[in-house]
Amino acid sequence: MRFLLASLFALLLAPLVPAAYAADPQVFTLTLHETQFEPAELTVPANQKIELQVVNQTKGPVEFESHDLHREKVVTAGRRVSLSIGPLNPGSYEFFNDFNPKVRGHLIAR
Amino acid sequence: MLAVAIIVFRETLEAALIVSIVLAASLGAPGRGRWIAGGVAAGAIGSGIVALFAAGIAQAFAGNGQELLNATILCLAVCMLGWHNVWMAHHAKEMAGDARALGRQVAAGARPLAALAVITGAAVLREGSETVLFVFGVIASSNDAPLLMFAGGVLGLLAGVAVGAALYFGLLRIPVQRLFAVTSGMVLLLAAGLASQAAAFLVQANILPPLGNEIWDTSFMLTENSIPGRVLHTLIGYVARPEGIQLVAFVATLLAIGIPMRLIARPNRVAAVAE
Repeated sequence: MRFLLASLFALLLAPLVPAAYAADPQVFTLTLHETQFEPAELTVPANQKIELQVVNQTKGPVEFESHDLHREKVVTAGRRVSLSIGPLNPGSYEFFNDFNPKVRGHLIAR
Repeated sequence: MLAVAIIVFRETLEAALIVSIVLAASLGAPGRGRWIAGGVAAGAIGSGIVALFAAGIAQAFAGNGQELLNATILCLAVCMLGWHNVWMAHHAKEMAGDARALGRQVAAGARPLAALAVITGAAVLREGSETVLFVFGVIASSNDAPLLMFAGGVLGLLAGVAVGAALYFGLLRIPVQRLFAVTSGMVLLLAAGLASQAAAFLVQANILPPLGNEIWDTSFMLTENSIPGRVLHTLIGYVARPEGIQLVAFVATLLAIGIPMRLIARPNRVAAVAE
């Protein structure tokens, strides 16, 4: 079903998808500590799909969330998750820990 | 404690708004209270179970378990909202502005009350598991009094319910002849917004292509970080920087539910003129 859906969309919308989409995505890592993201500003290439890995180094569960990127994912303590991001337009995209929204950072697409 | 209350409030808001729309949309239907309360209770229990197995779910389906679970819950809610709306359009004739006539229909078992239970259950489950994880995470890791943290959670929950109640009683002020037209419109937009959320989860899981990450940017006017932005996000699917696929899902859902509603409602209008 997933495959069917995906192939249907791919067929319909293939002309809209940039060529860079097909390439193996570059991996970037973001580590969440109690009071900050490391790095707090992560620079990634624009116009190509990337894989973002989020590592939770805090004692409790966190939720990586970004309204700008439409991404939200819970990471339990000590775990690592990965999310597909982009291709992004050049610009700045804010993200935060939804379970402690004072902890924020930015993804910079160049 | 206040920080906990605010986070729980934000998490509860979406479910509270959805439950109040469903309550208003089913006004006059006998037994709706039981079905809707049942849905909320099932959603709450489900939230506890999902929170308990959060780590396992995250690892399922090659690390995409969370996305697939969320997308499935959202799609289920979209289908039930659509079913409810099409059913309402079909029975608009019998209603003729009379909530009691509709009530009789429901008593005959014609109305998909189970759909209402599924919608509210899905709404609660969607954000509920995150809320449970958060509250217990805070209680476990906080150096402050755990009871105070728990009280903060309850306070946030009550605040969310209060906003939902305000919407419900606001909707009840609409004359009953017009109420169902309004709630049908709200349900339609709600469904489209939830479908666009589901699409974003499938992009996150690398199952659907994003088709552009930022079709427009209205974050200078209203961000989804703000409470009004969050409310509009739930009610009409507002997204400040939408992905292309979110728009596709939004419009496709509007058409998939709206067209059958129109087609079914049209003969009724002719009948109303003839009478």
